[in-house]
Amino acid sequence: MFLTRKAEFSASHVCANPAWSAEQNQAVYGNNANPNGHGHNYVLEVTLAGDPDPVTGMVFDLRELKEILNREVVDPMDHRFLNKEIPPFDKVIPTTENIALEIWKRIEPVIARKGVALHNVRLYETPDLYVDYGGPQ
Amino acid sequence: MTLTSRYRFSASHRLDTPALTPEENRRLYGKCNNPHGHGHDYVLEISVDGPVDRDGQVVNREAMDTLVRQRVLARLDHKNLNADLTEFAATVATTENLATLVRRTLAEHWTLPARLARVRISETDRNSFELEVSKG
Repeated sequence: MFLTRKAEFSASHVCANPAWSAEQNQAVYGNNANPNGHGHNYVLEVTLAGDPDPVTGMVFDLRELKEILNREVVDPMDHRFLNKEIPPFDKVIPTTENIALEIWKRIEPVIARKGVALHNVRLYETPDLYVDYGGPQ
Repeated sequence: MTLTSRYRFSASHRLDTPALTPEENRRLYGKCNNPHGHGHDYVLEISVDGPVDRDGQVVNREAMDTLVRQRVLARLDHKNLNADLTEFAATVATTENLATLVRRTLAEHWTLPARLARVRISETDRNSFELEVSKG
């Protein structure tokens, strides 16, 4: 069975490679490269796969899942400028793809346990653009 | 990793097939068979998949938007699907057939390094049609 929990955080970022000219960055990242950054209301949907526990009837304790998402993602990233405040985005360009990879890296080790796996991380940058990451192939 | 981008277009259509009698068409398609057609604000979702490149992206957003805009939205937005698209001269303009046309059109003109993975069209908030693109 799949279980999905949603969380939101609002943050600013800029997508630009410091080794490139403004024109090169504009060509690759469009207005996401505007130098002073801009913000999004990110929406995160985390999907776990597992069978309901025969005693509790739950795949995963939702309260614990909420605490994990708050501790690993929302508390550190909400109302922050990712590039300036949240490593590794001082070095890694915070595209939606790279933020999803970082979220996977942070939550997978604390979610995975006997009978439960992290199945998918979906991250909406806007309501019209999102990425899905199902872990290393 | 899969990236999905959502686009919008508004178009009219009428569901009617010459293979059936007028009465049969009315019964089968109901209001969708009304003689002068009707419109929808369609929502198109295009998914691409591939590795995250050195720029931290599955696909260049602008390249993807331009391709979808030029090849799909320009042909469909504010059009009458039955009257303006030769593809629907002999084929019923259902959203199933529209999704098939969009997938075929994108596949024919695909120039992006990421793989076209899925086409999904919502005709209204209450119905949508999804086509996977098989790998390889």
